Amino acid sequence: MNEIWVFAEQRDGKLESVALELLSKGRDLAAKSGYALAAVLLSENGEALAPELFAHGASKVYALDDPRFAYFQNDWWTDAFVSLVRDKAPEIVLVGATTNGRSLAPTAAAILHCGLTADCTQLDFDTEKKLLLQTRPAFGGNIMATITCADTRPQMATVRPNVFKKERLDGAPAGELVRVPAGLDGAACRMKRVAFVPDAGEDVNLAGAQAVVSGGRGVGSAENFALVRDLAAQLGAAVGASRAATDAGWVSPLRQIGQTGRTVCPKLYVAVGISGAIQHLAGMQSSETIVAINKDPDAPIFDVADFGLVGDLNEIVPELSRQLAARRA
Amino acid sequence: MKIVVCIKQVPDSDKVTIDRTTNRLNRAGVPAVVNPFDENALELALKLKDANPGTTVTVVSMGPPQAAEAIKEAVAHGADGGVLVSGREFGGADTWATGYTLSLAIRKIAETDGPADLLLFGKQATDGDTAQVGPGIATHLGVPCLTCVQSCEVLDDKTFKVVRIVEDGREEWEVQRPCALTVAREAGDLRIANLRCKMKAKSYQPPTWGVAELSPNPDFIGLKGSPTRVAKVFAPPVKTNRERIEGTPAEQAAKLIERLAERHLV
Repeated sequence: MNEIWVFAEQRDGKLESVALELLSKGRDLAAKSGYALAAVLLSENGEALAPELFAHGASKVYALDDPRFAYFQNDWWTDAFVSLVRDKAPEIVLVGATTNGRSLAPTAAAILHCGLTADCTQLDFDTEKKLLLQTRPAFGGNIMATITCADTRPQMATVRPNVFKKERLDGAPAGELVRVPAGLDGAACRMKRVAFVPDAGEDVNLAGAQAVVSGGRGVGSAENFALVRDLAAQLGAAVGASRAATDAGWVSPLRQIGQTGRTVCPKLYVAVGISGAIQHLAGMQSSETIVAINKDPDAPIFDVADFGLVGDLNEIVPELSRQLAARRA
Repeated sequence: MKIVVCIKQVPDSDKVTIDRTTNRLNRAGVPAVVNPFDENALELALKLKDANPGTTVTVVSMGPPQAAEAIKEAVAHGADGGVLVSGREFGGADTWATGYTLSLAIRKIAETDGPADLLLFGKQATDGDTAQVGPGIATHLGVPCLTCVQSCEVLDDKTFKVVRIVEDGREEWEVQRPCALTVAREAGDLRIANLRCKMKAKSYQPPTWGVAELSPNPDFIGLKGSPTRVAKVFAPPVKTNRERIEGTPAEQAAKLIERLAERHLV
């Protein structure tokens, strides 16, 4: 079946933003390939969530309703998903690289014996060879590799949140809601969730931030991180950090941006005292405008920065905060 | 209890630098280290060994002959032994083929040592970052898998109690044995190697298993067994309009604010 599927992950009955981002990208791919764009939704009540998926470009929603889809459980979800893939044989399957997506996708790919490309930053379609072009950074972003899967189907890819922009269509687009039985009769239950404890701590607020100010090793201490927070406050920005700063315990690990932390792509990213190790660049280099403040003129962060300020962050950053405050006064 | 931990040797990502003329990585001379998340997985295994006497911890690594060093290092930290999976035929494997190959090694370990109760992996490797091989191996072996795990305790002889980290909190799970877990940094740093284990590791040489020992389906290994292909490799686009903002700190700040205002960012 010539379809592009987006796995529409929901948690607690709320769609993950990355699913909507993937639908927006999927519209591009659908236009290039001529394939239809469909969302696959495992939940307790697909009808409630389908309109949001139509509004982001799905022309069809496969809704699998079952109480066992109340929360993500790798066995049941993968079983149901794989059965549907086998039944409908889509060409392309896109999955958000959330913690749950990163469980479901490799499990499904292992069963289906198909290719799976992790954390793509670009997706395109080769109209001649009819192949999904899956581009991802290799070695932390210093080399880009375009991956294809010529011989196996579906062509599966995961994409991290905030890599593509979601785009809501005008009006209230309609689509086809296809109800699919969950087909879990007698499926083994080898794991059960017995409790969920939400993070009580600070709201890091990085996911949808329009601006991010991050501090790194050069900031020097937990106390001095106040400079970064002040500048962030002046810019209406969220606070991020490099691994050096989170490892040192100056800020919560939840704020770590990079290969092993979060990915952000805000309109404005300000790197304060961050040298720009590959590890960090992987999490922020698709930001629209990048500012780097660092005392080392050869720091790799300057290679990706639109605006580079060489100097002492202890002088420049307070000056920036002061002038921004004065400007608003 | 029997625990198998899969580990991978990776270039030390903190020490990798870029050659500015070729835009390639300077890999020569970069030390190889055990993938940091695999160290967390090993630490979780050793904690379980401490808490459950009679537990054995076996490490498995797939890679070139020098990856034996990673296994010796694991033994120095307290693993009981290991196996290196190595051979020209396995070269070019993507995550599917790697998962298949390692699943054969784990089956073979079970033939002599008995089946594993627990398979542990780092949640991802810092070189490829795919996070796919652990769940892949679990699937090839038909055992349940939980990702991004912080802790694991023995609940009873059939069940583990596992805490899993998700975007907005912690989930507690009960999982049937045997099972597979991919382990996050929150599981804890790998303990310091003690002298007795260090001495043992010095003379320890893990067996190397290749196609002769594992008898894989030749269509499922190496490049041939890999559904994904690298079609093209290219340098990422470099920003061409980079601007250095000079002057005193006050001048730098003023000019930057001006530039950001032009872009409607302040």
